[in-house]
Amino acid sequence: MNTLVFLIPIALFLGGLGLAAFLWALRSGQYEDIEGAAWRVLEDDDGVTQQGAPKTADRPNNHLS
Amino acid sequence: MSCCAPGTDTAFSPDATAYGLPSSEEMRLASRDLGNGLRQIDLSVPGVHCGACIVKIEGALRSLPDVERARVNLSSRRVTVVWKEGDGARAVDPQAIAAAIRACGYDAHLFSPAAAGEDGLRNDLIRAVAVAGFASVNIMLLSVSVWSGAEAATRDLFHWISALIAGPALVYAGRFFYRSAWNALRHGHTNMDVPISLAVTLSYGVSLWETIHHGEHAWFDATVSLLFFLLIGRTLDHVMRDRARSAITGLARLSPRGAMLVGGDGSREYRRVEEISVGDRLAIAAGERIPVDCRVVTGTSDIDRSIVNGESAPLAVGPGEQLEAGAMNITGSLVVEAIALARDSFLAEVISLMEAAEGGRARYRRIADRAAQVYSPVVHLLALASFLAWGAYDGDWKHAMLIAVAVLIITCPCALGLAVPVVQVVAAGRLFAGGVMVKDGSAMERLAAIDTAVFDKTGTLTLGQPRLVGRSNGDPGHQAIAVALAGHSRHPLSRALVAGLPERGYDFDAVTERPGEGLEATDDSGTYRLGRRAFACPAGASPTDETPYTEVVLSRDGAELAAFRFEDAPRAGASAALDRLRNAGLKLSILSGDRAPAVARLAETLGISRWQAALSPQGKTEAVAALQTAGAKVLMVGDGINDAPALSAAHVSMAPATAADVGRQAADFVFLHESLDAVPFALDISRGAGRLIRQNFALAIGYNVIAVPVAMLGHATPLVAAIAMSTSSIIVVVNSLRLRRPAPPAQETAKAHLSDLGAVPAT
Repeated sequence: MNTLVFLIPIALFLGGLGLAAFLWALRSGQYEDIEGAAWRVLEDDDGVTQQGAPKTADRPNNHLS
Repeated sequence: MSCCAPGTDTAFSPDATAYGLPSSEEMRLASRDLGNGLRQIDLSVPGVHCGACIVKIEGALRSLPDVERARVNLSSRRVTVVWKEGDGARAVDPQAIAAAIRACGYDAHLFSPAAAGEDGLRNDLIRAVAVAGFASVNIMLLSVSVWSGAEAATRDLFHWISALIAGPALVYAGRFFYRSAWNALRHGHTNMDVPISLAVTLSYGVSLWETIHHGEHAWFDATVSLLFFLLIGRTLDHVMRDRARSAITGLARLSPRGAMLVGGDGSREYRRVEEISVGDRLAIAAGERIPVDCRVVTGTSDIDRSIVNGESAPLAVGPGEQLEAGAMNITGSLVVEAIALARDSFLAEVISLMEAAEGGRARYRRIADRAAQVYSPVVHLLALASFLAWGAYDGDWKHAMLIAVAVLIITCPCALGLAVPVVQVVAAGRLFAGGVMVKDGSAMERLAAIDTAVFDKTGTLTLGQPRLVGRSNGDPGHQAIAVALAGHSRHPLSRALVAGLPERGYDFDAVTERPGEGLEATDDSGTYRLGRRAFACPAGASPTDETPYTEVVLSRDGAELAAFRFEDAPRAGASAALDRLRNAGLKLSILSGDRAPAVARLAETLGISRWQAALSPQGKTEAVAALQTAGAKVLMVGDGINDAPALSAAHVSMAPATAADVGRQAADFVFLHESLDAVPFALDISRGAGRLIRQNFALAIGYNVIAVPVAMLGHATPLVAAIAMSTSSIIVVVNSLRLRRPAPPAQETAKAHLSDLGAVPAT
């Protein structure tokens, strides 16, 4: 019984951590283009342009504007 | 040529011009200002479908000087580009972006962005699924401990923790159901969400009460997992519709957003369509669509009205003629005077007709809702009956209440709530893979019930593209001359002539195009003309209007050398597709706005005996309505602005991706590939889905027949309920995945497709 006092909150906290991570991923637009992500893994270059300046991979449309 | 994108049609235009690309002004209108001199535009690129496409397009865009960022979204087939806007002198031409994409071999066009709120709903639903999943897993863990024999204080503690987890989860994840149930009740009818909301609320309340009184059984796990399953169904359903909707909005917009206004002093200014008033003068370049109803002031050209009224042959226009909004200006530049506001144009007339022709969609009630109409009163009555019976039997009302809740939970439409959406999502996925998009699940239910199919002719049964079918003489020399002339023109007949004749090898230094008449060129042997008979042979007789063919004549110094006959080519596989529909037991007919001879000829070719020609939009709607009054369930397939009212009047409707915007909005299904096979294919899938849905209902009802007596006799503990509920849901889902895979519509190779369009050089 005493162990439960620790274990249950810990279990819930870890589960909640997973949930929070998922919600964060959803909000940061990682689910916007699932098919594209599957292909991008296979690309060698990191989006370096001819001028050699690395371009940041922008976040997909945030409809904030 | 890339691995996957067909080359763009530059075969007959020596210069790859901006013909058909959105104009710079239009692109600027469609872009958003991000501040600090950056602008962002989203373009739809339907051709991307693999990693190579992504790399190629992003690479091409990033190598443009002013482009800051470019990202391809493969799921929605869109490209987001952010570019730096220069000031006055070195302002960037946004058209370069579209041109760069085209240079990679993909078509890019603007689309009308859907309401921003829609994406929000998808994410809301996914969040709710995540929360419900988290809660149900944790509560299940605690419940397992209770079932395996946790006693008194421990059990109460676990129940309390479950209650604490379940409360917020139910409020957060269940709100979609409560809202919809409340709406239904307020309007005095029920839907699936009413028994769901009632079961969830009641069982949570009873469980909480039990927990407070140190009861043995609590239903938190069943309550939350029920919601979890249902939300999965709901989310899948939404994602399916969302995907189809975004794919449809990603198709090319055919109505222009604006037009070039010509001021009295000759100044030019780009205006939105809404801001054009009657009497304004507009410049319409070749390759642009007419923005509002107008009258030609100066210039001559050929106008393609196929999308407006189904006329397959291009029409020559000159000063004084009236043009409808939506028609395509093919060959010459025009200056026109607006004679109606955008909101009073022909298109607006059609839209009001559409609203009047409220069709099968408004009256149709979905299978799930019809089932709920029977189902929910029965369930509620059973629960009430067991409550009263047990209460009367042993006077223990608390126990009676528990049994009533058990009945509600056991019968809860978990399987029923999944039975329809899962089947429809699987079916929509199959359709999507075959290039057919469904706007919503009820469209498939309606399609499965049809017994009559009505087709528009131009652009639906045919491609709306002329094809060379005959010539008056076979002299290769003359044909080479005709090809040499036609190669300089964008007129559909010229393109069809180049595609249809193998002879090459003649060349002119200069060819002049006389819009509305034809082409002319001069060399040592004389003056050659290719065009309508009256222009090529001014002395000759005028042709009659009664042939099903369109004719083009080649002449030298006014003497006829050869005549070429064209007709609108039927779509690939049209007759095979129609045969499949006949075998499926449908009655077929054609409703066209084109001239009778052309319609008669096509009807004969395809073996359709019932047809009507020269119909107005109103006439088409009435013809469909008449069929439906006679008791037929009509599928309408059409593409033009003039088909839109009939599309909305029909029980269910389909349109090709090349249809007018308003037609695509009115249709339930939109098919992307060229072949007409999409129609029988969609019909097969819909009928298969209908069968599976009925099976699922049978399974769910059969399960209830067994489970309900068990619950009513008081043998359903939370453990039994949880097991029974999960198995019934799993059985239904597994059954839904059995949807047979019929052969998807034949996809001819891109090359064959393009040569049909006259876009590949016959080398």
